[in-house]
Amino acid sequence: MDLTATYGFDTLQVHAGAQPDPTTGARQTPVFQNTAYVFKDADHAAALFNLQEVGYIYSRLTNPTVAVLQERVSTLEAGIGGIACSSGHAAQIMALFPLMSPGDDIVVSTRLYGGTVTQFSNTIRRFGWRATFVDFEDLASVRNAVGDRTKAIFTESVCNPGGYVTDIPVISEIADSAGIPLIVDNTSATPYLCRPIEQGATLIVHSTTKYLSGNGTCMGGLIVDSGRFDWSASDKFPSLSQPEPAYHGLKFHETFGELAYVLHGHAVGLRDLGACQAPMNAFITLLGIETLSLRMQKHVANAVTIAEWLEKDPRIEAVTYAGLASSPYAERARRLYPKGAGALFTFAVKGGYDTCIRLVDSLRIFSHVANLGDTRSLVIHSASTTHRQLTPEQQEAAGAAPNVVRLSIGIEDADDLIADLDQALTRAVAKT
Amino acid sequence: MTQTPTDELLRKILGETRVIVCVGVSMNSVRPSYFVARYLHLRGYRIIPVNPAYAGDEFFGRPIYDSLDSVPGNVEVDMLDIFRRPEHIPEIAATAMNRFSSSLRTIWMQVGITHGEVAKTAESKGLQVIQNRCPKIEHQRLFGELRKMGFNTGIISSKL
Ligand SMILES: Cc1ncc(COP(=O)(O)O)c(C=O)c1O
Repeated sequence: MDLTATYGFDTLQVHAGAQPDPTTGARQTPVFQNTAYVFKDADHAAALFNLQEVGYIYSRLTNPTVAVLQERVSTLEAGIGGIACSSGHAAQIMALFPLMSPGDDIVVSTRLYGGTVTQFSNTIRRFGWRATFVDFEDLASVRNAVGDRTKAIFTESVCNPGGYVTDIPVISEIADSAGIPLIVDNTSATPYLCRPIEQGATLIVHSTTKYLSGNGTCMGGLIVDSGRFDWSASDKFPSLSQPEPAYHGLKFHETFGELAYVLHGHAVGLRDLGACQAPMNAFITLLGIETLSLRMQKHVANAVTIAEWLEKDPRIEAVTYAGLASSPYAERARRLYPKGAGALFTFAVKGGYDTCIRLVDSLRIFSHVANLGDTRSLVIHSASTTHRQLTPEQQEAAGAAPNVVRLSIGIEDADDLIADLDQALTRAVAKT
Repeated sequence: MTQTPTDELLRKILGETRVIVCVGVSMNSVRPSYFVARYLHLRGYRIIPVNPAYAGDEFFGRPIYDSLDSVPGNVEVDMLDIFRRPEHIPEIAATAMNRFSSSLRTIWMQVGITHGEVAKTAESKGLQVIQNRCPKIEHQRLFGELRKMGFNTGIISSKL
């Protein structure tokens, strides 16, 4: 679908997907807190169930409030459509579900959120799926890891814990030549800082729990499809290219063309896996998205100021942030992420594990939580929390070594955040 | 060439059209072309199916014709919707432009189908030409249905 209207990001983040409610004129998107929808007649019901018409049936599949969120995010990502899920982790499973059969594998970056590493290295094996972890700086290894049963390449754009930004155009070329989709988790960058589809990605996943809802209020996930992948070009994707028994032998890609993946995500994925997003969460997330660009500008500006301050501090061993001129990824960040390399970074403290624990305990504004992308500044010692289940090698690869602390910089005054870090570092280091 | 029609043009065509002759449409209920014809019928368009494989059968109570030449000449067809491969397009388009010359306003080629020469000829005769598009998808997108499943419709409006 080539959209002729070209509105700016700030207009789309407020308006895309929403319109005044046709029955009441309500201007803000109403929360449709209902499970089911009345059919006009038996024919209408049959047409909806046969996918001959698109409409509301049952809120596990579709809901008017959730639909606004799906259209809002897919518009901001320059995609064709979206599938909202109960959490970011649910979105990852839901994104893979139409692509994978038992025995299939995915090639994934070693630099991923720890929870994703665990999901991919352990949990998906129960479905008969497997992930091969490779360093995405080593392009030959990425290419070599792709085999006959590989159905997708998966990476984050701006990576969590931080400091690394993926060269999406280069990785997407590898995916293209292998005839498989590139899936990008765009949680930490948000579509304001990076639009992976414009750089060649096929699918985007989000934890909307983070910057999109923005205030640390509610769980949610979302998948966006570019609508550009030819699912019938090979026999790799039978769920989309072959007859679907639950819909009288209909072939999704042949029948719905570029709409196939998103329709499948609702009509099969949400219908059968059931990981739908709650309407109230979609509403809260929509409120957050209305101010996304404004918040991201402040998040990024604060992150740069604080990272530069930390880098000069003698108590700090190193700061890992692609937004710093000293970063090995600074040039890539300027080229592919010109509005900023996110607001998430790590720093290594001189001292080690215990100093980090004392530092975290001494902070007064930064909150010690396992989260990111809140208006509030957050801190976590990954090695003792989110990345605890990983091996030391996995921790190192993910940028979560024992002397490393991760910050998610909020939108408070940068001076106050610096003062807080200063006093906490003084306390932490004094005891060594 | 109308390779990338504006939303304005698509809205105009879908708004002014009443009678659509669908050449090459299947009557197999899980085939994409059947989905399109059925959808357009339910949205109030009069559909005239043409397909020799189903000649004599009915589609929602109306006859299916074996060729454009068998469609009664007094039917005021205002759109030709083509579900055939590009090599068949010149003949189909020429027949339709000839037979329905007084009423035909639009030639529409389905997704995956384009024909530059036919488009040029038809446009020079004042017809509107849409290529490589599906009228069902465009109707669903422009009139709110795709919005219900979270598709990017490109529509921004502060109006009721
Ligand atoms: C980059 C990234 N992806 C995915 C997730 C998982 O999202 P959720 O917590 O919404 O399931 C997170 C959560 O921390 C994340 O940071």
